Amino acid sequence: MDILAILLISMGTFFFFTSTIGLLRLPDFYSRMHATGKGDTLGALLSLLGLALLCGWSLTSLKILFISVFVFITSPTATHALLRAAFDSKVKPWTKDGKIMREAKGRRK
Amino acid sequence: MDSLILSILVFLCLYRVVFGPGVFNRLVGASVIGTKTLIILVLIGFLYGRVEMFIDISLVYALLNFIVTISAAKYFQRRGAL
Repeated sequence: MDILAILLISMGTFFFFTSTIGLLRLPDFYSRMHATGKGDTLGALLSLLGLALLCGWSLTSLKILFISVFVFITSPTATHALLRAAFDSKVKPWTKDGKIMREAKGRRK
Repeated sequence: MDSLILSILVFLCLYRVVFGPGVFNRLVGASVIGTKTLIILVLIGFLYGRVEMFIDISLVYALLNFIVTISAAKYFQRRGAL
C-alpha cells in the first residue's frame, strides 16, 4: 500500500513539474493556460490520492478525498473563467510567423 | 523531500507572477502557486504528525484560491485588461 502511495505522489510531483516548465517556457498566455490547467489538476488529484492512501481508513482520509473532488471540479472552472476573461478583453493569441490569424473579438463591444 | 521539490517549484512559479507581462499571466501564476500550496500544507501535516488539523487549513485554502481566481477573472472581464 505504501509503495502505491509513494508512486502516486511521485507521479503528481512529476505533473506539477511539467506544468511549471510549461508556465515558464511557453510563449503565450493561452498556451500557458493550456499547460497549467491540465497539469495542475492532474498533479493535485494524484498527490491527494496518494496522501489519502498513506493515511489509511479514517475521517482524515475522507476529508482528503473530498478536497480532491473539490479541486477536480473547481480547477477547470477557474481556468475556463480566466481564459474567457482574457479572450473578452482582447488578449491576442500567438502565431508562428507573428501575424494575427483571426482577430480576437469578444462579446464586449 | 517531496515538500522541498514543491517549494522549489513554487519559487519558479513566482517568476511568472513578478515579471509576467500583463495581468492575466500574473493571475495564472497565482492560481498555480495556490494549488501547490494546498499540497504542501497536507505534506507539512504529515511531517508534523497532526494531519487532521492541517487538512482543515488546506480545505479552506482550496476554497479561497477558487474564489480569488473567479472574482478576479470576472472583475477584469468587466473592466478590460490593464
